[in-house]
Amino acid sequence: MNTFKNIFEQYDWDATLSSIIAKTETDVIHALGASKRDLEDFKALISPAAQPYLEQMARMSSHITKKRFGNTIQMYAPMYLSNECQNICTYCGFSMTNTIPRRTLTDKEILIEVEFLKSKGYNHILLVTGEANKTVGVAYINNAIQLIQSRFANITIEVQPLDQSDYELLKASGLYAVLVYQETYHKEAYKKHHPKGKKSNFNYRLETPDRLGRAGIHKIGLGALFGLEDWKADSFFTALHLQYLQRTYWKTKYSISFPRLRPYSGGLVPKVVMTDSDLVQLICAFRLFDENVELSMSTRESEEFREHIVNLGITSISAASKTNPGGYAVAPQSLEQFEISDERSTEEVVDMLKNKGLDVIWKDWSYNWQ
Amino acid sequence: MDILKIADKEFSSRLFTGTGKFSSPQLMRDALLASESELITVALKRVDLMNGDDDTLNHLSHDRINVLPNTSGVRDAKEAIFAAELAREALETNWIKLEIHPDPKYLMPDPIETLKATEELVKLGFVVMPYIHADPVLCKRLEEVGVQCVMPLGAPIGSNKGLKTLDFLEIIIDQSNVPVIVDAGIGSPSHAANAMEIGADAVLVNTAIAVSNQPIEMAKAFRLAVKAGRMAYTAKVAPIQQQAEASSPLTSFLIARS
Repeated sequence: MNTFKNIFEQYDWDATLSSIIAKTETDVIHALGASKRDLEDFKALISPAAQPYLEQMARMSSHITKKRFGNTIQMYAPMYLSNECQNICTYCGFSMTNTIPRRTLTDKEILIEVEFLKSKGYNHILLVTGEANKTVGVAYINNAIQLIQSRFANITIEVQPLDQSDYELLKASGLYAVLVYQETYHKEAYKKHHPKGKKSNFNYRLETPDRLGRAGIHKIGLGALFGLEDWKADSFFTALHLQYLQRTYWKTKYSISFPRLRPYSGGLVPKVVMTDSDLVQLICAFRLFDENVELSMSTRESEEFREHIVNLGITSISAASKTNPGGYAVAPQSLEQFEISDERSTEEVVDMLKNKGLDVIWKDWSYNWQ
Repeated sequence: MDILKIADKEFSSRLFTGTGKFSSPQLMRDALLASESELITVALKRVDLMNGDDDTLNHLSHDRINVLPNTSGVRDAKEAIFAAELAREALETNWIKLEIHPDPKYLMPDPIETLKATEELVKLGFVVMPYIHADPVLCKRLEEVGVQCVMPLGAPIGSNKGLKTLDFLEIIIDQSNVPVIVDAGIGSPSHAANAMEIGADAVLVNTAIAVSNQPIEMAKAFRLAVKAGRMAYTAKVAPIQQQAEASSPLTSFLIARS
């Protein structure tokens, strides 16, 4: 079976990173002036040589985003269904070895959380779980989707990688999109950060978007967790992955997320720090590389950062998120997966967006069409 | 009065508009009223049909405005027909702007699925306005299955590039028995005037108005441009001359002889 793995294996991490660092001002000027930009242009735009051009990149990114997506921004809310997990991930609050109270929401509890989110206006929902196949396997996820599908225009999941047939089943129940971040494309570092559990299989995760594409899932979300390895190389591989997927599964929509490692009690200290300036550069580079891809931002980022970034290329954001199962209404006091940074209410974030001249889009699909 | 008739409806404005990309519903309303547009398209995927209190639809309530639901986001004929049926029930209109673009990147319309869906929707009693490539043969095929108009693109949607498909639009206009509405790609009033001058029956403009720095002023500019282009068309635009015609070097011998 032809998958992204075949392309990925032609690349070497160190050589890729060196080629990004080696980009010159001339490369950057060429990339900025090009009418269509390729992966070499993307490398130039994320390179240190592009740093003096950040303001110009931001202007261009803002302009292109406005033209393609208008003066609008989509809103979604994550809903954590379970924090049970049989993986060890060195950076995650839900990691198996962490002694925290574990909880998996019952049908009744899910519906209580749903009512809360609906009362805030949300129509796009992201369901999140850890990886515990016995209690939170395909059957549990499928049941959750069926339970809530009539209440939301758009259901996305961020759960363990599944088989193609599982995705087909979930799609039939009303699933719209799947987020599956590679965490890092650095194979050795990946092994180090995921020493135990099904997640330690690098290739199975790498090939997940291929299985999603074949299953006909409407939208696939990609990304790397910044802080594990050098963000520039990880971002190049994300862009490479995106380009391969767009050419192969051309009916699928794609989105990119930019999670930076957040603290949690007893958590990992980032190996490579990604500054605010780096993140702005990356978001603008993605927009200049691909005018049509959706760019998403969570409440991991600070209030101030989010206020500025919404006009620079981002097309969807969350607000007032809870990263603990039942966190909205069932058990607001339980321990979170990570600490969110922007703690404003949904209403406050909506007001901020309106003041920035952005119309909030709550609904951009109808589950019952498919 | 220069009236455009599509199916059972008559339009005195030949500027059709869309509702996406505005920074607020109020600004959308103000701009669209300034445009004097009488047919305004709304993406069904953005409308909350269940709840009956949709912000966009509430802001479109006006005697002059006909709401034209579109199927933006659907990927095949089956989804499009389903969306059209939902729209007919919820919005009480049998008009549908058919947009089938399986490619979410460039939003290119799928000609095969569009033809299939049109045939079915016409049988179901819909007035179908299909968004298509500027493909003259496809336009004739759509006419054969009963469309009431065709909506070929001028350039990729949202690109503001103008009439990149000019040569094909001219062929379509030349041989069409149904109104031709240039949809997508019109980025400035001069593009709209250009489309009207070559004989398009109407144009549809959204992005160029919505993301302008002053959407209300831009809406007015498009209104005037469409009117001017239409007037120029009906008054017959003078043909382009390759050279001055002061003398007649090839035929002056005829005069000299007489």
